[in-house]
Amino acid sequence: MASITLEKVSVSFPIYNAATRSIKNRLIQSATGGQIRADRGSNRIAVVQALQDIDLRLQSGDRVGLVGHNGAGKTTLLRVLAGIYEPNEGRVSIDGSIVPLFDISLGMDQESTGYENILLRGLYLGLTRAQIRARFDEIAEFTELGDFLNLPIRTYSSGMQMRLAFAVSTSVAPDILLIDEGIGAGDAAFIEKANARLKQFTERVSIIVLSSHSEALIKSMCQKAVLMQHGRLIGAGATQEVLDQYRALRAGNVG
Amino acid sequence: MDIIAGWRRRELWTTLALHDVRQRYRRSTLGPFWITISMGVMVFALGLLYGQIFGQDLTEYLPFLAAGFVIWGLISTVILGGCQSFIAAEGLIRQLNAPVSIYAYRELWSALIAFAHNIWIFLAVAWWYDVPMNWSLLWVVPALLILLVNGFWISLMFGLLSARFRDVPLIIGSLVQVLFFMTPVIWRPEMLPERALFLQLNPFYHMIEILRAPMLGQTPSLENWLVVLSIALVGWGITLFFYSAYRWRIAYWV
Repeated sequence: MASITLEKVSVSFPIYNAATRSIKNRLIQSATGGQIRADRGSNRIAVVQALQDIDLRLQSGDRVGLVGHNGAGKTTLLRVLAGIYEPNEGRVSIDGSIVPLFDISLGMDQESTGYENILLRGLYLGLTRAQIRARFDEIAEFTELGDFLNLPIRTYSSGMQMRLAFAVSTSVAPDILLIDEGIGAGDAAFIEKANARLKQFTERVSIIVLSSHSEALIKSMCQKAVLMQHGRLIGAGATQEVLDQYRALRAGNVG
Repeated sequence: MDIIAGWRRRELWTTLALHDVRQRYRRSTLGPFWITISMGVMVFALGLLYGQIFGQDLTEYLPFLAAGFVIWGLISTVILGGCQSFIAAEGLIRQLNAPVSIYAYRELWSALIAFAHNIWIFLAVAWWYDVPMNWSLLWVVPALLILLVNGFWISLMFGLLSARFRDVPLIIGSLVQVLFFMTPVIWRPEMLPERALFLQLNPFYHMIEILRAPMLGQTPSLENWLVVLSIALVGWGITLFFYSAYRWRIAYWV
């Protein structure tokens, strides 16, 4: 049984650049982004409060959409869930294997062949060489790239690279899948194929957390949603309710 | 712990390191063998020049220089690469939920790949000048191991420091350059009129000596080994303390 529990989780980033001087000892609240404040006890380092007091409990079967304006903390929250950022305060406990799908073309080596990149991406996902070899044919077939797999991927179009990355990333189902933004994938025919595979793939995953600006995508994939603003969690519940709340919030900001 | 979890992902970091090395020489005909060639040119040019200047017999001096250079190459690559271990992996660290120690392993492995290319220069020189082969050659194995053990803490510690303080790699860079001339690589320890104190205090002298002596058919001295062992112990003590305290901050710093 996969599960995710966050208790009073806060994350703040130290900013070590020169620009910090102008904002020292000042508290700035801007419309986008988290909160910028001077660090307590230090007048030199500015701190961006990216997440504040997040409580979240997810269980097997949950499909959760993350919504909020740019810089509301969605990506940071996903990184906390992935175990990349350990929070400054609060407790995180996660059961189950996690695969973060943030940047789908992460770490691809342009000079290496398609096959070598399948291997590389598989290793990123935590597979062993033997496991990847066993999946080679299936992945190669899905990409429909044929002989191109023997060429360095710098010769590929971006759609072709996307196919490759997508095929490897969806070849193993983890317990928990974290997705940042939508996965766009190539031409229309492939999108259909990709959607079918994504559906099959996500059915085997216990928990999905999806961050996206596309209401349609969130509605189609998630039965729950979470609304974030300035690093705080300001709404959670059924997808439609939260999306309505988000819309009202945006209307309020404009008017 | 992070370091053990990193070891389990060795298929990943060996592959990454291999890609790093290939990346540097991509689309060149000779590829990574340029490492071998540039080392070869360096050893021969400096060997002839300094052999003249110091009035050395090339039969002894050239193998000495080749061994020293190859080892120095390994040590300096580990140190300079170690500074970059986390900074260079910035993108991966922020996207991938893998133990961060894999990036230190990766730097170590690519330094070792370069070393494997360089060692041929020494072997060629040693074969040409009939460097004696005897049982002390066996010391090469533990010496290389202890150098790697030291290299690993250096990668973790310097990588951590460099991620937080971006001046560190620059400072270390110029220090390493200076230390090259302070360390007996192109000159022999015996050339110093009296065994100067600064030679004994130079950790690199001991690190080079434990590997160079057996390569040249001599038994390494106990003193050299003791120094290198204590560097490993102290270094790992400090590193484990800092690494376990600050490892989680690395993702924030890069």
